[in-house]
Amino acid sequence: MSASAALLQLLNGLASANSLFMVAAGLSLIFGVTRTINFAHGSLYMLGMYCAVSLIPRLGGGALGFWGSVLLAGAIVALAGVAIEILVLRRTYAATELLQLLATFALVLIIGDFALWAWGPEDLLAPRVPGLAGAVTILGREFPQYDLFLIAFGPLVLLALWLLLTRTRWGTLVRAATQDREMAGALGVNQKWLFTAVFALGAFLAGVGGALETPRAPASLGVDLSVIVDAFVVVVVGGLGSIPGAFLAALLISEIKALCIGLGNVTLLGVMFSLPKLTLVIEFIVMAVVLVLRPWGLLGRPAPPARSPAALEPPLRLPSRRALYVLAALVAALALAPMVAGDYTLVLLTDILVFALFAVSLHFIMGPGGLHSFGHAAYFGLGAYAAGLLLLKAHLPMELALVLAPICGALGALVFGWFCVRLSGVYLAMLTLAFAQICWSIVYQWDAFTGGSNGLVGIWPASWLSSQSAYYYLTLAACAAAIALLWRVLYSPFGYALRAARDSPLRAEAIGIDVHAHQWAAFTLAGLFAGLGGALYAFAKGSIAPETLAVSRSVDGLVMVLLGGLHTLTGPIWGAALFTWLQDTLARDVNYWRALIGAVILVLVLAFPQGVAGFMRERLSRREDDA
Amino acid sequence: MKFRQLAVALSLAALTAANVHAQPIKVGELNSYKVFPAFLDPYKKGWQLALEEINGNGGVLGRKLEVVSRDDGGNPGSAVRVAEELIARDHVALLMGEFASNIGLAVSDLANRRKTVFVAGEPLTDKLVWQDGNPYTFRLRPSTYTQVAMLVPEAVKLHKKRWALVYPDYEYGQSAAESFKKLLSKAQPGVEFVAEQAAPLGKIDAGSVVQALADAKPDAIFSALFATDLQKFVRAGEVRGLFKGKAVFDLLGGEPEYLDPLGEETPVGWWVTGYPWNQIHTPEHDKFLHAYEKRWKDYPRLGSVVGYTLMYTVADAIRKAGSTDSDKLIAALEGLKMQTPFGSIVYRAVDHQSTMGAYVGQLAKKDGKGVMVNWHFANGADYLPSAADARKLRK
Repeated sequence: MSASAALLQLLNGLASANSLFMVAAGLSLIFGVTRTINFAHGSLYMLGMYCAVSLIPRLGGGALGFWGSVLLAGAIVALAGVAIEILVLRRTYAATELLQLLATFALVLIIGDFALWAWGPEDLLAPRVPGLAGAVTILGREFPQYDLFLIAFGPLVLLALWLLLTRTRWGTLVRAATQDREMAGALGVNQKWLFTAVFALGAFLAGVGGALETPRAPASLGVDLSVIVDAFVVVVVGGLGSIPGAFLAALLISEIKALCIGLGNVTLLGVMFSLPKLTLVIEFIVMAVVLVLRPWGLLGRPAPPARSPAALEPPLRLPSRRALYVLAALVAALALAPMVAGDYTLVLLTDILVFALFAVSLHFIMGPGGLHSFGHAAYFGLGAYAAGLLLLKAHLPMELALVLAPICGALGALVFGWFCVRLSGVYLAMLTLAFAQICWSIVYQWDAFTGGSNGLVGIWPASWLSSQSAYYYLTLAACAAAIALLWRVLYSPFGYALRAARDSPLRAEAIGIDVHAHQWAAFTLAGLFAGLGGALYAFAKGSIAPETLAVSRSVDGLVMVLLGGLHTLTGPIWGAALFTWLQDTLARDVNYWRALIGAVILVLVLAFPQGVAGFMRERLSRREDDA
Repeated sequence: MKFRQLAVALSLAALTAANVHAQPIKVGELNSYKVFPAFLDPYKKGWQLALEEINGNGGVLGRKLEVVSRDDGGNPGSAVRVAEELIARDHVALLMGEFASNIGLAVSDLANRRKTVFVAGEPLTDKLVWQDGNPYTFRLRPSTYTQVAMLVPEAVKLHKKRWALVYPDYEYGQSAAESFKKLLSKAQPGVEFVAEQAAPLGKIDAGSVVQALADAKPDAIFSALFATDLQKFVRAGEVRGLFKGKAVFDLLGGEPEYLDPLGEETPVGWWVTGYPWNQIHTPEHDKFLHAYEKRWKDYPRLGSVVGYTLMYTVADAIRKAGSTDSDKLIAALEGLKMQTPFGSIVYRAVDHQSTMGAYVGQLAKKDGKGVMVNWHFANGADYLPSAADARKLRK
């Protein structure tokens, strides 16, 4: 690649960096102040795109049409953001911060189906911007004028935000709230309206970012999910709450991608590397490297200590005799299911059991462990792929493959966990996501070994397990034993040490508990059982594809844990059952079933912030107190 | 009194007997309606139209045909569960549908395991009927390899020496690029592939990719991009003048689902496979076109033809088999000849692949919309691998 080509690729990277920066800046601002993980930010970006494309012809096309629609789209999305904040998020601030993740996840589903209903399924590309429709010649190559505009616009937005945050009173309040929310509240700042205003500004930035991208990329229905992951990565790499950090991170990632594309296929030591294929995962590699070297991101600062009483959890009590009887009855009922239920119900129950195990293993590190993980599906998928590969490539008998596969999940958790437990909070979560995405991309691309994007087929259980009820009994036995084991671990001294490490790492270290070692062991154990779930899943379906490792699977796990409630042990089981059953029933006859699932989850979140199981437990304990 | 009771009893018996005979034949249909709505909304309209026509003409074997249609959840795991439900709970006679290749493969494997016939409509992966083929799976659309093979003769005619490739980075794109390289090298020895860009599906960095391709100075470009990636690529390429003086080939570019959104931006002169719906004047297509436009007040897309033909495949197979037993259905489908809006097709017995073809032509702009010109119909039978090759692949 010649020097002029490299320079032009750097300019390309600059242009891409700017739209990424706009959406990431909004997300960073929102997180910095409200500590909300706004999963719906990508949906707001998508709404901005769709609004802009619809408004351009209505405003008469031409230059006024475009710039007017950009501002108007930003304003509409800002209003949508205000509505979301007031109607949904205000009720969730008192609960754990992850509950906002669940609420915004529900909003993603609803907004996605709304976009389908309002604008139809086809992609909509905006016309070229009058006045910026051509190209200029730079070093012998054509470079679009619109891209030059974007390159100039990004730093202007950065400057404007910097001025807003440092030179205005409102900006000072925002920075104060970012640094220490409780203190700012104690000093008399009206938190409610501050949060709303910040959310509106973040949504406005997302909407304008989307609108400005429409001359280069069409408004389509998949944008929300692809943008949110990219935005998260940029925000975390830059440091949560830091706008200059977000700009730096967007620049870094876009330039690296542009250089990979520009270098094309390179031959190193006789081996050909296709660098463009690396763009699939390069941002996650960058994030992993940055987080390992700088745990708070490039320009981020350590999070202030959480002072709200909602952070602490009541100590774990031994289950009452009644609770044990109920659990035993439940297992007995499940064991009797094959005699009364048809084949399909057994298929559904097998799925529910597998996901219950997955959710319980995730809850093990999230609840008692305090380690939030956005990439737990990696161990689920590693177990599934190990089972499939041992069966198909190593020609092991299915039973042996089933026993050995979870070890693969445990190994993955062992390796990744060492890096992950050294971080905390959202950085930890994003590092787990980075590793999960790296796993996913390796599996997705390694066509010869893992079947690539098509996955592997022909992974069926042995003949003595081939009937639906036989496999169901195997799954029931394995999952029940695994869940019981995980709970038993929580009541052991290890479990107590783990919870001590979660509640106060400093005190735990002071009395001699090695916090990192305990967390690492917990992570590995969770990976082992997630791998078991994955192996059972692979044999139940007969096939595996990279979707088992993907972000959507991890997010499903999070949704199940949060639906059930983070503070109860049985929560994840109810969450898994509810979520799987919802998806199964609602996808049947309803056209806009995604929106319906989102609405149901939203109602559950607003009505039961402590989760379904948490709510049941409170009701039961209240009844006991009254009695 | 006795006579009246007898009459009532007889009529009740007749009614129940009639009901038993009028029990509809259930066919299971599953697809990723939420993930690919642009293609699958017209597809659904296609099979619904065919269903209405079939039932309007008396159904199949004296019974009505009923389609139980489900969304497959967009990933292979849910699709397998949905397929199990259709088989175990709804007791469907056979399965049809699917769009994505990985989900198609998973459902095909399940159908094999549960000994249920599965007629796949859209999954394009070559593996579905060859490397991973099984006795219970049949496929309608021409695969990736076949459609590339349809484009290659046009590429050879142009005698371009330096080719650049750009494709989405997953199995479909990779195998399209591989097939193109293999076929073109065989037909035109000495051809050079000067650049190869694999972009993440749906997330192409269009500006950088266009510039990287331009820097390699190719004479011609082969693209397997579609949907969002294609639009970004076309916009970036047009602004930067990538396509000036070069021949460009795009797989699936002429399909209305991917062509219509381009509108004013339609790149003129590109060679594509597609469906020039308003220019085909064969009797079978005219009949289909009129029926579709009358029923849905909209023009058909390629998905519509796939859905329509798939439904008729199922009906014709059941009729030919005379029953809904899986083995009889397989025997009926192997070698099944039928009429479709694209002419007559055959489901080959050797690999269960239909000989459905595609239209190959060039893109042009008319009244601000993209159209195909200079087109001809490529019969699938001419471009599929030979029976011997297919048998070898299926081992």
